[in-house]
Amino acid sequence: MLNRQGRPTTPGEAAPSDHKTFTGNKALSQIEPLIFETGRLETTGVDYEAPKSFTSRLGGFERKSEIGLPGLSEPEAMRHYVRLSQKNYGIDTGLFPLGSCTMKHNPRVNEKIARMPGFSDVHPLQPVSTVQGALEVMHTLSHWLLELTGMDAVALSPKAGAHGELCGMMAIKAAIAAKGEAATRNVVLVPDSAHGTNPATAALIHFVVKPVPVREDGTVDPAVVASLAGPDTAAIMLTNPNTCGLFEKDVVAIADAIHAAGGYFYADGANFNAIVGKARPGDLGVDAMHINLHKTFSTPHGGGGPGAGPVVLSELLAPFAPVPFVRHTDDGMQLVESVDEAANHGAHAFGRMTAFHGQMGMYVRALSYMLSHGADGLRQASEDAVLNANYVRACLADLMSLPYGNRPCMHEVLFDDAWLKDTGVTTLDFAKAMIDEGYHPMTVYFPLVVHGAMLIEPTESESRASLDLFIATLRDLAMAVKRGETERFTGAPYHAPVRRMDETRAARSPVLKYTPPQPILQAAE
Amino acid sequence: MGEIKYTKDHEYIRVEGDVAVVGISDYAQSQLGDVVFVELPKLGKALSKGDEAAVVESVKAASEVYAPVSGEVTEINSGLEAQPGAINEDPEGTGWFMKVKLADPSELAGLMNEADYKAYLASIH
Amino acid sequence: MRYLPLTPDDRAGMLAKIGVDHIDALFADIPSDRLLKHLPTLPLHKGEIEVERVMGRMASRNVSASSVPFFVGAGAYKHHVPATVDHLIQRSEFLTSYTPYQPEIAQGTLQYLFEFQTQVAALTGMDVANASMYDGSTGCGEAVLMAHRITKRNKAVLSGGLHPHYADVVHTLSQMAEAECVTLAPDVSGREDILSQIDGTVSCVVVQTPDFFGNLRDLRAIADKCHANGALLIAVFTEVMSLGLITPPGEMGADIVVGEGQSIGNALNFGGPYVGLFATKSQYVRQMPGRLCGETVDADGTRGFVLTLSTREQHIRRDKATSNICTNSGLCTLAFTIHMSLLGQTGLKRVAEINHANAVMLADELDTIKGVSVLNQSFFNEFAVRLPGNASHSVEQLAARHIMAGVPVSRLLPDAGLDDVLLVANTEVNSDDDRKAFVEALKEIL
Repeated sequence: MLNRQGRPTTPGEAAPSDHKTFTGNKALSQIEPLIFETGRLETTGVDYEAPKSFTSRLGGFERKSEIGLPGLSEPEAMRHYVRLSQKNYGIDTGLFPLGSCTMKHNPRVNEKIARMPGFSDVHPLQPVSTVQGALEVMHTLSHWLLELTGMDAVALSPKAGAHGELCGMMAIKAAIAAKGEAATRNVVLVPDSAHGTNPATAALIHFVVKPVPVREDGTVDPAVVASLAGPDTAAIMLTNPNTCGLFEKDVVAIADAIHAAGGYFYADGANFNAIVGKARPGDLGVDAMHINLHKTFSTPHGGGGPGAGPVVLSELLAPFAPVPFVRHTDDGMQLVESVDEAANHGAHAFGRMTAFHGQMGMYVRALSYMLSHGADGLRQASEDAVLNANYVRACLADLMSLPYGNRPCMHEVLFDDAWLKDTGVTTLDFAKAMIDEGYHPMTVYFPLVVHGAMLIEPTESESRASLDLFIATLRDLAMAVKRGETERFTGAPYHAPVRRMDETRAARSPVLKYTPPQPILQAAE
Repeated sequence: MGEIKYTKDHEYIRVEGDVAVVGISDYAQSQLGDVVFVELPKLGKALSKGDEAAVVESVKAASEVYAPVSGEVTEINSGLEAQPGAINEDPEGTGWFMKVKLADPSELAGLMNEADYKAYLASIH
Repeated sequence: MRYLPLTPDDRAGMLAKIGVDHIDALFADIPSDRLLKHLPTLPLHKGEIEVERVMGRMASRNVSASSVPFFVGAGAYKHHVPATVDHLIQRSEFLTSYTPYQPEIAQGTLQYLFEFQTQVAALTGMDVANASMYDGSTGCGEAVLMAHRITKRNKAVLSGGLHPHYADVVHTLSQMAEAECVTLAPDVSGREDILSQIDGTVSCVVVQTPDFFGNLRDLRAIADKCHANGALLIAVFTEVMSLGLITPPGEMGADIVVGEGQSIGNALNFGGPYVGLFATKSQYVRQMPGRLCGETVDADGTRGFVLTLSTREQHIRRDKATSNICTNSGLCTLAFTIHMSLLGQTGLKRVAEINHANAVMLADELDTIKGVSVLNQSFFNEFAVRLPGNASHSVEQLAARHIMAGVPVSRLLPDAGLDDVLLVANTEVNSDDDRKAFVEALKEIL
C-alpha cells in the first residue's frame, strides 16, 4: 500500500528501526546506559564536609574492600533518571486498562499532604505524646474503612494486598486454634479463578489448598462449595467481584455453606472498588477481607509498590487482630504495641505482621482521597467504574468474544481469545499491538479459567471521549486481525523504546546485576 | 530402541530391557514453550508411580513431571541443567530426563502406546 | 467531583448504549436485600482546600524530626535525602506506572531495578539481590522460610540482638507456618553464646549487625559453625548506611543478607513505606522470594531488561510459590537507587564516617555525665546507654524540652529488665549544637 508521496507505510516495509542515527537515539527516545557505565568511583553528587578527627569505635570491623559503586554529579543523575522515566508508561501517560490492578488517577494533593513534615518526617518510635495526629489518621482511616465495609475491626499494618491476605488467614488460623481445632481444620477452598496470591498465602501457613471449579457462568456454585466443605474446612478464599469481572451472585449462600461447616469466609478485596457505597462485605457474610489502598483508594502503584493492605475483620475474628493497634481513650490516642498489652485489653492478638505500624504514607494518601470523594463521591466512583467497563463491553461485544455472554459486568470486562482462533494472532500479539497504538495493554492470560484472557478495567478516571477513542482503536485492531494483517501484531511493538524481549535468554542464563569489564575491576583493586 | 509409551500427563517412557527412559512428550514441550530450567531427581531415588519426579520450567509456566512407573533412578540427564533447550529440540532423544529401573513391569500395561496417545491428544483438542 | 470526568449527559448516553435504563441494573447480581439503599454515614465530598485543612490539622499535632535535635533510631533513621530524589520519584512515568509486566513500555522501571539489584549486591557483599521486599522485618521472615526450603529443616535460632519487632515477625510467621523458632535472651553487650545453639537440626541462625543495641558483631565463627552443621547464616541489618563503613556480611560468610533500606532515599514516614533489601548467594537464587530483574536483548538485539525467573512467583506457581509477595516497594526502591547513585561509594563512605563520628562524639560526652554509661564496645551510629533511672521517663522529660532523646529499650522489650537503658542514634542531620543541647538537657533532668 502506498501513500500520496509514494512511500511505503506498511510495517515491515518501512520499519522505523531502518533509519539509523549516529547516536542510536531516536529524537526523544534515547539510549541510556547504566549508571555503572557512566559514573566514576571517585565522583559523588552529595557534598559533605569531612568529619572532625575522632577515634573509631568500629571495633576492627572497618570495611576494607572497595564497594565498587560509582557516583554521579547532580545534573548527571537528574538526566539519567529523567531519561529512564521517559521509557515508562503511566496512568498520566494514557488509558491504563490493566484488569484487576485498578489503575485510576492518583490525585497530587495526596502526595502534597503525605509530604507534610508532620507525616513524612515523624519517627515510629517517638514518644506517643508527640505523634497524636499520626494516630488520629490511623483512627480516622479505620473508621472510614469500617463504615464502608460494615465490619467490626481493622488491622491496618499489612504492607500490601498479599500481606493482608496473610494477616487475614493468620487471624483465621488463630481463631481455629483457639477453638481447639488446629489439628483437624486445615483445608482452604480456593476457586480456580482466584489470584495466585490466594493459594500461595494459604500454602505459606500450612493450609491445604483445595481448588473449587468455576461453573459455566464464571461464578462459584454454592452447592459445589457445600459439597466440598466439611469438618476439615478452615476457610474459603473468594474474590468478589471475582476476577472474571462478575459479582458472585450466590455469595450469601456460599457464606452460609462455609459457616455451616464451621469455616470462615475470607474475601479477597482486590476488586472492592466496584462496590464501595453500593454493598458492604459485612452484610454478605464476610469474616475477613483485605483492602488494597493502592487500588480502591488510589495510592500510587509506583512501578510495583509500595501498597498497603489493611484487613477488616468480623466480630468473630476481631479479637485475634495483630499488634499494633490504636485505642481512642479519654487521655488521647494510645498505641497498643505488644501481644501482652493487647491481652490487657481483652484481645488475643495473634502476633505481629511487620516492624512498626504499617504504611503511614499510604494511610495519609488514602484518607485524603476518601475525604475528597466523601460518601457520595466514593459511591459515584464505583458506579462510574462499572459504567465505563460495561460501555466498553457493549461497544466491543460484536467483534471480540465474551466467555460468559454479553451480560452486565462489574468494574472490568473479560474477553477470551475464541475470536482470534485460526487468525495467527494471539492474545499476547494483540496486547503488543495496543502498545504501538499508545495504550498500555489490558491484563492478559489472567484469570486462568478462560483461554487467552483479556481483562479490561478502564476505571472511573476515563472520560467518554477517552473511552470512545480506546474503543475505536480496539475495533480497528480487531478488524485488522480479521483482515489478516497479522504482521501488525506478530512483530509488535514496532514503536516502543524496545521491541519484544528475549525472555528465554534472560531465564536460561540469568544476568541479575552489572559486572564491570576487567579494566574497571582492576582499577578498583 | 524399545517400545515408547505415554501417560495422560504427557510423560513418555521408552523401555530398554529392565530400564525405562523417561521424558516429556513433543506435545508437552510445545505447550510449555522454551524450557529454561529443569530439576532432576537424585540418583538412586526410589520412585513410586505417580510421584513428583522432576520439575520443568519455561518462561511463563512450571510443571511437575510424574513418575510413569515405580522404580529406582539409575541415571539422570545432567546435561539438561546447562542445555534445557534440548527438551524443546529433541524431547524423545537428547532431551530425556532420567532412567528408571523398573520395579513392576506390569505397570506398563496401563500406559498408552503411540497410536492411543495420538488419539488422546486429538480428543483433548 | 473533580476526579470524575463523566457528565450526567455522558452517563445517560452510555446507559442507553449499554441498553439499561438505570445504573443499578448493572448491579443486579448483588442480592437486592444487600444493596445499600442509603449513602454510608460518612461526610460528603470536599474541595482541596478543605482536605488540606483537615489533614494539615492532624499533621500539626505531630512533632517532626527536623524541628528538634533528634536521636531516635532503633530500626528507622533520620537522614538527609537530596531534593533531587523526591523530585524524580514524583515524575508521572515512575509514580503512576505499574509492576513492569509489559517490558517494552517499562524499561525505565526495569533498568532502575537492575541498578538497584547491583547496588544491593555490592553493598552487602553478596552475589545477587532481588528487586525488594516490603521492609526489613518482613524480609527477615521470608529469609527464614527460604532457609527452611533450602535445608529442608524447620528450626530457626534468633540472636538476642535481633530487633525485637523483627523477632516478633519471624515468631508469628514461624508459629503460623508450623516451624520452630528459638530466640536468645536480649543481649545488650553483644556477647551471647549463639554457637552452642547450632547443631544438625538447625536450619538457620539469624544475627543482626550492627545489632539492636548498636554492637558490631563478628559473624565469621557463626558462619563456620553453621556451614559445618548444614545450616545457613542469615545476617540482618536495620541501618544500611553502616555498610558504607563496616565489613559487609557477605565477606563474613553470610548465606542470606536481609535488611532495611529506608536510610538511603526514604523518609521516616512514621514507620512506612520502607524498602526491604534481600541478597543471597548465586546457588540459592531459585529459592529466593520476590521479583528479579534480568538483562536480555530485544528482537533487534538491543539490550533491555525483563522480570525473570518468574516461575518462583505466586502468579505462576500458586500454592508452590517461594512467597506470596506481589506488590513490593517499587517507588522506595527507586528513591534508594537514585540516592545511592548520587552518593556513589565515595559519598556513602563519607556520610557513613560523619554518622560514626557524630555518634562517637555523643557517646564520649554522655559517658562523662555522672551515672550515665555507654554500654557498647563497638558501634556505628547508634549505641545503648544506661541511665541512673527509668529511660522512658527521661525521654518524656526531654521531649517536653523539645529534644527527641532516643528509644527506651523497655518500649520494645518491656520484660527484659532493661528499663534504664536508652538507645541513642546520632546521624549526619544533627549539628554540634544539637548534640550539646541534648547533653546539657540530660544533665539537667538527671
